[in-house]
Amino acid sequence: MTAQVESELETETEELTVREAIRQAMREELERDEDVFLIGEDIGVFGGVLEVTGDLYDDFGPERIKDTPISEAGFMGAATGAAATGTRPVVELMFSDFAGVAMEQIMNQMAKMRYMFGGKAEMPVTVRTTEGGGMGAASQHSGTVHSWIAHFPGLKAVAPGTAASAKGLTKAAIRSNDPVFVFENKMIYEQKGAVPTDEDFTVPIGEAAIEREGEDVTVVATQRLVGESLQTAENMADDTSVEVIDPRSLYPLDIDTIVESVKKTGRLIVADESPLSYGTHAEIVARVQEEAFFSLDAPIQRVGTPDTHIPFSPPLEQEVLPSGDDVRDAIRRVT
Amino acid sequence: MKVTTELYHCMVAASTYIEDCCISVWIMADFDLQSTEGRLEALRRMVTIRAFDEEAGDRFADGEIPGFVHLYIGEEAVGVGACAALDPDDYIASTHRGHGHCIAKGLDPQYMMAELYGKAEGYCNGKGGSMHIADVDAGMLGANGIVGAGPPMATGAALSIDYQDRDQIAVGFLGDGAVAQGQVHEAINIAATWDLPAVFVIENNHYGEGTAVEDQHNLDNLSDTAQAYDIPGLTVDGMDITAVAEAVSEARDRARAGDGPTIVEAETYRYRGHYEGDEEPYRDDAEIERWQERDPIESFKERLIDRGELTQEEFDELQADIEAEIDAAIEFAQDAPAPEPHEAYEDMFAEMPPEIERFASAARTDGGRPGGDR
Repeated sequence: MTAQVESELETETEELTVREAIRQAMREELERDEDVFLIGEDIGVFGGVLEVTGDLYDDFGPERIKDTPISEAGFMGAATGAAATGTRPVVELMFSDFAGVAMEQIMNQMAKMRYMFGGKAEMPVTVRTTEGGGMGAASQHSGTVHSWIAHFPGLKAVAPGTAASAKGLTKAAIRSNDPVFVFENKMIYEQKGAVPTDEDFTVPIGEAAIEREGEDVTVVATQRLVGESLQTAENMADDTSVEVIDPRSLYPLDIDTIVESVKKTGRLIVADESPLSYGTHAEIVARVQEEAFFSLDAPIQRVGTPDTHIPFSPPLEQEVLPSGDDVRDAIRRVT
Repeated sequence: MKVTTELYHCMVAASTYIEDCCISVWIMADFDLQSTEGRLEALRRMVTIRAFDEEAGDRFADGEIPGFVHLYIGEEAVGVGACAALDPDDYIASTHRGHGHCIAKGLDPQYMMAELYGKAEGYCNGKGGSMHIADVDAGMLGANGIVGAGPPMATGAALSIDYQDRDQIAVGFLGDGAVAQGQVHEAINIAATWDLPAVFVIENNHYGEGTAVEDQHNLDNLSDTAQAYDIPGLTVDGMDITAVAEAVSEARDRARAGDGPTIVEAETYRYRGHYEGDEEPYRDDAEIERWQERDPIESFKERLIDRGELTQEEFDELQADIEAEIDAAIEFAQDAPAPEPHEAYEDMFAEMPPEIERFASAARTDGGRPGGDR
């Protein structure tokens, strides 16, 4: 994986925010394949409620940037039917919490159609959606639900933590013939990073990235917590060598890269904003103990949201949201 | 290679009607109610549905067919009438009561029966069963186990058609019960707002599962819901294939002209329970018998005889042929090989993830432990 990170860095890059990187990914894929279209609420003239689609409407028009009624089940179902019949929809689900409205379409149609039909249906659909607390959006606009999707058979789930992976994963998702959910943490849209300019740059679904090499402890961090963990690692560099891995893809999960790291460091922190119980953390922990139990020198630590909803009031919100400080404390507990 | 639907019907037709038939000629042949040939084909499909479902019901009762089945008997005029108004490459999205739609669309009863039996030769390689028979290449987007799931699928297919400017339409079948589902409203609203080439056919068989239609809706005519979308809505006699075909044909023309969707409600009746084994405490035999007096197959057959297009003897012969065809389908399904256990791990994705691959390489029967550790 290290080699891959290096090869990415060797290519020509430009500085983009996560938001710009995702928009550029969509722009390139819209240009590359005329079967690709975007569909969702307020993604056209409005430019997306979090301004991700931005000016794409100006360049591609209403035929390819389709504003829908406020009708999550309707457009998720329509995207599913469209994907099965020859086009490649890219859905924007405004907030991931709204997946509840469309869950029937996601779990019983999109996820199951290929399998139930004995492999005789294609499902090249991408669903982009925003997750995460931190902007006072309260419980119905701040959730982190990717564990539901990663858990549910028949769906793939990716969750970028950097601008480069945001672009590369979005492009890979659109090119995939499987349903892929791209979970965008809304607090990192303004985060900048070097992004390869090559129009064929993609991040293969199912490949983690070692964002920082270290010897003492492995931090597997996702989304916003990738950047915060890198900062934590930098802050602790004097006395602790922290390896930071961004799995990038939640399902499938590149467990090999994580296991290899744990075999080296003997310690693991899993940092993900989803609720702690029964989720993403547990999956990574379970797989690591299956394959690297005897390499572990300390109990694995989880950093996440403590099973509450995300409250509105800023002091309450900051109380429950996991941060780089929580990662630091977890590292201190085991090193 | 599996015999395709069209090829299959070509073969049947070749043996029945045409000597030395050219495949392309038959594929081009009309299945509509405008010609004698088309009407006889429609009758054949209605009789085939009934024979298929009677046999499926019996075999389910015998325990040969696993799971559960929902039979279409009594509703044949709706599916066949609607599909007679379509071109072969138009799409349909079906319901949990989907056998009739499959046969109406031209699917092959033997691969359907193999699917009901859970065999590898079935349309879905045994993974779908009665509630999920599909043949996307033939325009059949699947029976569906979720009430109200057909309309969003049809809206989606119509979206692809519209986006790629193809000369097709998509029909979403739904039952009267499904009219109460939120996703049905959302799907029709999108199709209406975007003038998509879709038709929504409500099969009002008067019971949503075990509850009467009047206890589930505040409307007498469910097609009145069309007013909410400012699209045409009409209610027709669903026991009359001609009425259904005419309504859907008009709706199809409208859809193809870019004028958007139509709701067609067909008043019909299922002779059997919601599912096989349903004790039907919600209705009495007298009610069933009243509807059977207007049997859609019997009345269409009589009409064809009156027109001089069919004799009773020819009908008897047709029925005997179809019964033999269904017997052969049963035999095919019984004899077909079961899927190999490792096939359970196939078809999840276009690109199989390692999470599944590791189980696929060692099925339980090969000494693997799919429910256990990796």
